[in-house]
Amino acid sequence: MSILDLFKNKTFSHGIHLPDKKEHTRNQKIRRLPFAPELIVPLTQHFGAPAKAVVSPGQEVVRGELIAEADGFMSVPIHAPASGVIKEIELYPTAKGPKTEAIIIKTWPGASQRMADFDPVNIPSLSHEQLIQAVQDTGMVGLGGAGFPTHVKLSVPAEYTIDTLVVNGCECEPYLTTDHRLMLESTEKLLHGISILMNALGAKQAIIGIEDNKMDAVNAIKDHISGFEHIQVQAVQTHYPQGSEKLLIKVLLGREVPSGGYPYQVGVVVQNIATITQLGELLPTNQGLIERVVTVTGTGVKKPGNYLIPLGTPIRFLLDYVGFSGTANHLILGGPMMGSTVASLDVPITKPVSGLLVFNEQSIEKVSDEIYPCIKCARCVDACPMHLNPSMLGQLAAKREYDPMMETYNLMDCFECGCCSYICPSNIPLVQYFRIAKSVLRERPREEV
Amino acid sequence: MIELRTSPHMKGALSLPQIMRHVIYALLPICAFSIYQFGISALALITVVTLSCIATEALFNHLSNKKNSLNDYTAVITGILLALTLPPGFPLWMGAVAGFIAISMGKTLFGGMGFNLFNPALLGRAFVQAAFPVAITSWTPTGMADRFTQFIPSSLTLPFTAPTAVDGFSGATPLALQKFEDTLTPNSDLILGFSSGSLGETSSLLIVFCGAYLIIRGFMGWRIPLAIILSTILISGAFYLLDNSYPSPLFMLTSGGLMLGALFMATDPVSAPVTPMGMWLFGFLIAAMTIIIRLFGGLPEGIMYAILFANASVPLIEAIAQPRKFGQVATKKSGESK
Ligand code: SF4
Ligand code: SF4
Repeated sequence: MSILDLFKNKTFSHGIHLPDKKEHTRNQKIRRLPFAPELIVPLTQHFGAPAKAVVSPGQEVVRGELIAEADGFMSVPIHAPASGVIKEIELYPTAKGPKTEAIIIKTWPGASQRMADFDPVNIPSLSHEQLIQAVQDTGMVGLGGAGFPTHVKLSVPAEYTIDTLVVNGCECEPYLTTDHRLMLESTEKLLHGISILMNALGAKQAIIGIEDNKMDAVNAIKDHISGFEHIQVQAVQTHYPQGSEKLLIKVLLGREVPSGGYPYQVGVVVQNIATITQLGELLPTNQGLIERVVTVTGTGVKKPGNYLIPLGTPIRFLLDYVGFSGTANHLILGGPMMGSTVASLDVPITKPVSGLLVFNEQSIEKVSDEIYPCIKCARCVDACPMHLNPSMLGQLAAKREYDPMMETYNLMDCFECGCCSYICPSNIPLVQYFRIAKSVLRERPREEV
Repeated sequence: MIELRTSPHMKGALSLPQIMRHVIYALLPICAFSIYQFGISALALITVVTLSCIATEALFNHLSNKKNSLNDYTAVITGILLALTLPPGFPLWMGAVAGFIAISMGKTLFGGMGFNLFNPALLGRAFVQAAFPVAITSWTPTGMADRFTQFIPSSLTLPFTAPTAVDGFSGATPLALQKFEDTLTPNSDLILGFSSGSLGETSSLLIVFCGAYLIIRGFMGWRIPLAIILSTILISGAFYLLDNSYPSPLFMLTSGGLMLGALFMATDPVSAPVTPMGMWLFGFLIAAMTIIIRLFGGLPEGIMYAILFANASVPLIEAIAQPRKFGQVATKKSGESK
């Protein structure tokens, strides 16, 4: 931290400063994408057990209708993103790589798309358990990219009390602007959602943390906040990875979540802007999650913007709509730091996807591909927000000495934020090394102690 | 064609060759000043040592069929740094030997750039100190009248012969004067660089400027130099307060190779620790060793051995200086309460 930082907004130690690259979409209002002729709706769009299909081929469905139910607590249901007829239930490629089961819906033409009817719910009258159930019934998961079922996150073990709901409006990944637009365009729904969640958690206060490259959003919320008690907005420094739960809690509240632990252990639950805004809209009307806002941008996109996209829309259809130029051979789902590249244009937009970035060859910053040995320059050590020693971890990984990586150098605390790889002047693919090491360690049978 | 890559998909702009290029830029003013002071002998020595390093690196690349490692510029840096630690009239052929040893034993033997335990330049320097004890301690005064037209006689000594002393070309270093003759060189001479010494160690001011450039531009860390400088002030200050016959902290800082060592030798990242705490310990160790050698050892200068010793201690230092990971203390607490 330099001396100048004392005069800026609050932030955490280490991390990196990235070019924010949001200029092409930050002023683009959210626009609705038309329905694709065919939607591919995977049964696994979340962390946990896949949903179980409750429809069969040939059956007609109405937009918003339940098409797959949750398989247990660690799972969420799925609703029809559009009216149409079920074509088949088949294995399809997903963003993660391996093919998974998906429900294919042939959609009716756009004009005939109407929502199924639902009875509104009086939220304040619900008990805690009923509310958690209602959240699960919406099929909501962390829309920031994690895909973790929201109702599970809200079900805090009884021995912990939650005093604060932290609302994550950092959107610290470059390029992405969905949360930014939602804060500007759906401010009321957001604040409404926050109130509901505060009630559900019994939290005394809510703090919305927003990076200071979005001061218009900070001000928009301040304008609307008067009617809502105990909700505050806090601008924090634009500093990657500020949007990581543990770091944001540390910055806003000064509490440190124990290594390997959960935010509720320090009395906090974190939810992101898109998740809360959607809940604020869905819960009172008793609807399910069927669409989401996605930032589509990058040098290969002709009409960059923020689009409200029915879940299951194939990337191919989306790209045709926004237009792309050049070879478009580098497609990223999510942000440029933690997102993953897609192998096929048939991959659909799913619940956790916050961005689609399209680049042509040579367009994403890349100075040189040559990998040099680690010169122990310590830049990665100074960048790692978890205060690990990526230099040493990288050297051990190169020698495949995975045990000391975990036991002595805390590999499992790495959350793959990418700071170390970004900063490394030797171009060492540290994060890739760590991912491999972790999967080797996880898959290896534990030796008896 | 869709390409598959793993995250992160963005990459910082700073690259290894870029860092190394700027280290060379920062060394050039120091070279220029030493040429101004010592004339063509200095120019010839810097050139010969650097070329010897480059040639050695190229030779070993060729022998081991490795890819060309000259493009990382580290051989050039080793060459320049090594030359800057040598006396102005050091025989050129011995300079070539020093360069060969620095790269071959200091770097290639360990597996090349990034794997060396010691600073290669200092290893080369240590070798010639042992092999040519007379030549390495034959100093020349600065600013001799015909330095731009005439070589210092010892420079041109024939290979495998030792130089013979020539009158008028010798001058003791400030450290030797202080240690063996109890004569103190004026501080202004030490700071501005008008005292006798190795090629690149005479002007502390210039060295600080060049080092500061690298630090401010983000090409070099600030902890190690700061640790060495602060520890030197602290330790030598304590001695000075106890007994005024010990040299003052300012003299300690500005004489000999301390500044060059603190800013350009100890900061060689490969042979230094990576953790913040480790860097402070490393710097303290170097300062303490240097002062002990200077005050109580048989040699007037100790920075070279101090850095080499600290290089060897890095694995130990790193082991005790692991950073506190995020959330670490909290884990212990919650573990205890269970
Ligand atoms: S940033 Fe790269 S070169 Fe520098 S210490 Fe870390 S891994 Fe090594
Ligand atoms: S990817 Fe892991 S090791 Fe690298 S900076 Fe992030 S948390 Fe640290």
